[in-house]
Amino acid sequence: MNMSHSKSALLRQFASALAAVSFMAAPVMAAEGEEGAHGGGSHHIERQDWSYSGIAGQFDRPQLRRGFQVYKDVCSSCHGLNRVKFRNLVQPGGPEFDEEAVKALAAEWPNQIMDGPNDEGEMFERPAKLSDPIRGPYKNEKEARAAQNGAFPPDLSLITRARGVHNDAAWYIHVPMMLMDVITGYAEGGSDYLYAILTGYEEPPEGFHLAEGMNYNKYFEGNQIAMVQPLPEGGAVEYEENAGAKASLSQNAADVTAFLAWAADPSMDQRKQLGWTALIYLAITTLLLWLAKKRIWARVKH
Amino acid sequence: MTADVEDPNRRDVLVVAASAFAAVGTASLIWPFVDQMNPDAGAQALASTEIDISPVAEGQAITVMWRGKPVFIRHRTAEEIEAAKKTPVSDLADPIDRNDNNPGQPATDENRTIAGHEQWLVMVGICTHLGCIPKGQALSDSKGDYGGWFCPCHGSHYDTAGRIRKGPAPRNLQIPPYTFLSDTKIRIG
Amino acid sequence: MAKWWDERLPLPRMMHDQFIDFPTPRNLNYLWTFGGILTFCLVAQIVTGIVLAMHYQPSAAEAFNSLDHIRRDVNYGWLIQAMHAVGASMFFIAVYIHIFRGLYYGSYRAPREILWILGVFIFLAMMATAFMGYALPWGQMSFWGVTVITNLFSSLDQVIPGLGTAIVQWLWGGYSVSGTTLNRFFSLHYLLPFVIFGLVILHIWALHVAGQNNPTGIEIKTKSDSLPMYPYAVAKDAVGLFAFVILFAWFVLFLPDYLGHPDNFTEANPLVTPPHIVPEWYFLPFYAILRAIPDKLGGVIAMFASIAILAFIPWLDRSPVRSAKYRPIYKWFFWLFLISCLALGYLGSKPAEGVYVFWARIFTLYYFAHFLIVMPIVSSIETPTKTPRSITEAVLGEDEAAGAGAGVPAGAAAAPEHR
Repeated sequence: MNMSHSKSALLRQFASALAAVSFMAAPVMAAEGEEGAHGGGSHHIERQDWSYSGIAGQFDRPQLRRGFQVYKDVCSSCHGLNRVKFRNLVQPGGPEFDEEAVKALAAEWPNQIMDGPNDEGEMFERPAKLSDPIRGPYKNEKEARAAQNGAFPPDLSLITRARGVHNDAAWYIHVPMMLMDVITGYAEGGSDYLYAILTGYEEPPEGFHLAEGMNYNKYFEGNQIAMVQPLPEGGAVEYEENAGAKASLSQNAADVTAFLAWAADPSMDQRKQLGWTALIYLAITTLLLWLAKKRIWARVKH
Repeated sequence: MTADVEDPNRRDVLVVAASAFAAVGTASLIWPFVDQMNPDAGAQALASTEIDISPVAEGQAITVMWRGKPVFIRHRTAEEIEAAKKTPVSDLADPIDRNDNNPGQPATDENRTIAGHEQWLVMVGICTHLGCIPKGQALSDSKGDYGGWFCPCHGSHYDTAGRIRKGPAPRNLQIPPYTFLSDTKIRIG
Repeated sequence: MAKWWDERLPLPRMMHDQFIDFPTPRNLNYLWTFGGILTFCLVAQIVTGIVLAMHYQPSAAEAFNSLDHIRRDVNYGWLIQAMHAVGASMFFIAVYIHIFRGLYYGSYRAPREILWILGVFIFLAMMATAFMGYALPWGQMSFWGVTVITNLFSSLDQVIPGLGTAIVQWLWGGYSVSGTTLNRFFSLHYLLPFVIFGLVILHIWALHVAGQNNPTGIEIKTKSDSLPMYPYAVAKDAVGLFAFVILFAWFVLFLPDYLGHPDNFTEANPLVTPPHIVPEWYFLPFYAILRAIPDKLGGVIAMFASIAILAFIPWLDRSPVRSAKYRPIYKWFFWLFLISCLALGYLGSKPAEGVYVFWARIFTLYYFAHFLIVMPIVSSIETPTKTPRSITEAVLGEDEAAGAGAGVPAGAAAAPEHR
């Protein structure tokens, strides 16, 4: 199931080499810096180097684990992850936590599961089990808005697929960029956007009118965001020593983004592995069919 | 046909190889379309059920749901246990206990219950013939010729240990995996 | 066995005549493999669609959840769902190539008018199917796409007050897009592919009566002009199909979301409209035409007319030759038309403001002028270049063609209309 790290790194190198020799690479890379911008009319959202970028990228297990820790310690106080079940944290392709540890985690999860009716006809709350969703703190949107000054912290299960980076480049750059994205398999717009938002908090510029209860974020559309800066400078979440990285704002942000990218697309590793198998098979078969076709057509002049 | 023209249907190694490759790939694509009909990851992960059996008085029975199936839990009377124990295995249509906790043993009453809790009989309430739910849970139900359960669909009679005694059903009622968490609480699954 | 069948129902005979011995022009290029590719696309959509319908819940409350369930929990659900969603785009890529191939080589000209018009109907049915299918995930783009497109019919209020509103409410089954609308769209989305299948059978029937066009636009005249479909055309079709499947697999397995829109991963919310509503890419040229016209009803009429006009081109083109290969002036207009369509597609994805509207109008104007002005006029005044006398001559050159005929493999029968 797991592609080893060296193998996936090799594939990624191959993919970037492919990109480099492509005739469009140079002008497009230059163009990205100058022209590419997102819809907010504010700051250009940079593309990050994700372990799961492109056609060869795979999730980095330790990063998913750190990312879950950030979600648990920070995000989960407002945001649910309702489409993800605790059992998913155990399954291959994800953080692959130990099953017993996740059982214990589920049982202690602060947002319990509404169940019932019991024999008395009452609904009741009970601790979560492996088959239960990772619930957020609010029962429904109304409760969330009441608690959050009218703002609604969205469920994060699909967030990286539900967001993207808008391309406003001129057509003669936009079109080659699109082609380039198809060739390199760029599908991380949602991750780039999320990372930008998490790291985009700063003091509003002079003269900027910030509404009551809002925060300034240079990447957010309109620059006013209801969410308070979730990850402070220096990092909100300390990692264990063997976690593979040191806590910092950018590390926390990248880790939780990667975790949420997995949450939104848990079959990605498997999908890309199948992709390579399928492509190799299709390339060989197409070549064989073409040679066979040539052989057959060699019987007549054409 | 002139001599310099090859037979257009001539089998050529290259053509055969290409066709074989194409056929193998197409065939392997069938598997996802078959597998999608199997129970999905959510159904596979369905949790176990815990049941409080303290309200069930002697002679009564309850039916609970486990994995979408009815499970019969009967608090048997001393006479019922006695009747079940008295029956020799050689009289049974199906001599195997059909007990997930203790599979492949003779279908004695001891093998179909848990020691120390012999008064409790826990079974999947689905007739082993064609899947109907046998009668016998409610006090007013017909319990069949052997005082246990009676499936009205095709007339299968089960005794007080849920063993098939008469009728078309081939096997005793299945006993699911379960444990006693305490004297009054069981977990199925 | 085949004989036993043939005496009772001559299906084996028909398949043999129509798909094995059938005479195909010997000069077909790879653009002619798209007919087979499209058949594959239709079958793939039907098969994956039937599977998805086994897991999908057509209700406003559960549709979005069931899609998520399919992707997360159903065995290979993520694969089959991506195949279906990407498959819709691939179907349109193939059909557009197929249409432009027909336009370039004059495949719409007599005696293939009915064949062509059936194709226009297939295209319309495809658009309706794709539109209703896009509603089913019940994401934000689904919901608002349905709202905007069904509201097109409300423009009929300009003709008879109340008519448009009545039609729209009839389509919706309510006073807004709702679960009722979703259920009927699901029903029709399941039905229409089988209607398309029926139309495709007629399309292929018409093709096999008239025979295939080819890059020269000259009919099959002698035995040496054609080759039996099997193994020649079949071998070429197989190459084209597998090459196409590489593209298909690339998107399914590496970029399943690329051709869609992120907003459709947010569940439909009747109270919030996404800031930029865009249809799927394959509708963009028509969407650009719709928005290019400043009048609501006018825009709707122009959009439908842009498809309807295709049905009339067999009679708008009066050139003595079919293929644009031998039409020195029209050839350039063809490429201009292709560029216009691509440009309209690009403009359809942009907000309808400023310079985008200006260019959308220019290209819309050319879209219609191409068929209504350029096609009849150019075809009347232009002198075609010298066309070969036969397909054989086009392939082998004049000298060899004279001696050809004996040196051609057996099985290539005469053109079907001569039988």
